Amino acid sequence: MLAQLTSGERQLSIVVLILMAMVGLAMAAAGRGDPIGVHGFIVLAASVAMIFVMLSALNAPEPSTERLDHYYDDPSKVGVILTMIWAMVGMFFGVWVASLLAWPDLTFDAAWASFGRLRPVHTSGVIFGFGGNALIATSFHVLQRTSRARLPDQFSPWFVLLGYNLFCILAATGYFMGVTQSKEYAEPEWYADIWLVIVWVVYFAIYIRTLARRKEPHIYVANWYYMAFILVVAILHIVNNLAVPVSFGHAKSYSAFSGVQDAMTQWWYGHNAVAFFLTSGFLGMMYYYLPKRAGRPIYSYRLSIISFWGITFMYMWAGSHHLHYTALPEWVQTLGMTFSLVLLVPSWASAGNALATLNGAWHKVRDDATLRFMMAAAVFYGLTTFEGSFMAIRPVNALSHYTDWTIGHVHAGALGWVALITFGSIYCLVPALWKRERMYSAKLIEVHFWLAISGTVIYVFAMWNSGILQGLMWRTYNENGTLTYSFIESMVAMHPYYIARAFGGLLFLLGAITGSYNILMTIRGHSQAALQPGDDAPQRHLAPVAQPAE
Amino acid sequence: MSWEYEAVVGFSKSWGLFYLIAMAAGVLVYTFWPSNKKRFERAKDSILDGDDKPWK
Repeated sequence: MLAQLTSGERQLSIVVLILMAMVGLAMAAAGRGDPIGVHGFIVLAASVAMIFVMLSALNAPEPSTERLDHYYDDPSKVGVILTMIWAMVGMFFGVWVASLLAWPDLTFDAAWASFGRLRPVHTSGVIFGFGGNALIATSFHVLQRTSRARLPDQFSPWFVLLGYNLFCILAATGYFMGVTQSKEYAEPEWYADIWLVIVWVVYFAIYIRTLARRKEPHIYVANWYYMAFILVVAILHIVNNLAVPVSFGHAKSYSAFSGVQDAMTQWWYGHNAVAFFLTSGFLGMMYYYLPKRAGRPIYSYRLSIISFWGITFMYMWAGSHHLHYTALPEWVQTLGMTFSLVLLVPSWASAGNALATLNGAWHKVRDDATLRFMMAAAVFYGLTTFEGSFMAIRPVNALSHYTDWTIGHVHAGALGWVALITFGSIYCLVPALWKRERMYSAKLIEVHFWLAISGTVIYVFAMWNSGILQGLMWRTYNENGTLTYSFIESMVAMHPYYIARAFGGLLFLLGAITGSYNILMTIRGHSQAALQPGDDAPQRHLAPVAQPAE
Repeated sequence: MSWEYEAVVGFSKSWGLFYLIAMAAGVLVYTFWPSNKKRFERAKDSILDGDDKPWK
């Protein structure tokens, strides 16, 4: 795999890794006795390990120019594997934190295993670890196919993929040590944030450089969604993380914002992280892999353009709906509420476009669990965006805010939309990348599908029940005009729903493990005859595999 | 012009409406411009061919 890099690229990577090792060493030295010192050692160890890997290939012969006749898929292959590893890690911690709410003793009296530290490991693990790696792996694949051009070089995709995973590791290990900025989905501290900016700029540059070399004149709509994801996440990340560190040898920093401005900046970031990280990029996935798998062009290309600009213009304004009934000026709350309602139009346009594409091919959806993953994702996308617009209405928010309803809404989106479209795309992508006829087992995809669907439904229904019950108990007054229920009574009422939620999450985790096993066996070649290199025709995999004794 | 709260809010509340409508109109014009139709039709079909090599 490393022999694909030219000797110049191998030397460049060693130089970059030496620089990184020196930064790691400096962090370790300056941060003695502080968590940043531990992170310095992690950076140092990762860089030195990679230097040894690179040195082993330094004197390999120059790769043949024949490689330029093919797309460069090695980073996507590693990205898919990392996606599945992070899925299992992130979802395992999800099941653990869910269980902690039902059985608080599961924290084992250890500081690192307290709820406040495990929860960001779960959220960052699934959003950035699982979701981010899936976006990087698929975007490189889609970008090359739709541009009809190979990635511009063989160094920068690895820098982005591995550098991004280093960020994820710094984030997760930091939380265990208590390092946090206390900003939701932006918990990592200043040094990890700076590193992510560097990685992200290279990521955007890969996109621009490949598009500049494209042979296909029109830029396919999936690329617009991926580019909006990369560009907007960069803007959000930089602004929300503006902070002054205590010192260069100290992990702690103080935000540039305070008071309600801080809250508004955070939720401008937080909601657009949902919009551009968890929606825009995954819509890019949907607009490529769904038509490809169904073997039918997208129902309306024009509608996809209108939905793209609708989402891009309007999501930016919706963040203030997280701050209803706060010190934020009321007109800003109203603005956020209004844009959240209007957003239903482009959101349903995308969901409808996906389902209309499948109209006339429902037999394929019935027979092919991979396509069914994507269909179910589109349905959950439609449901969740409707629910989101509804919850952004101020009086509805008065009931839903601070309750488990919000958690249910987020997971309808994260499990039902983001994870299902990702698994569908990965099942489409893996045979194409490893040149296999089909996945190792169609039956295991079915098992995964039903575990994922039942897990999501159990999870979401548990949280709807629990959230609305919670909201109503908190606002029920007795005839004397005082609250009927104490807070602890509402917590006792939650207990059965928390058990149900942990069970739903467990089913979803089991599905991800099933999927990982299936992918592993496909990669190891336990399948039918291998295709010719470069021969990529996912439509061909559509015929259901005949199962004996059925 | 001063950058007082009132001035900035007044500007966003009035001109924000117009530039968003202008951008939306621009997108709709681009989308429905008759000569773009052929390009879009080609774009949506082109991802479906089995070709999996960079073009020369």
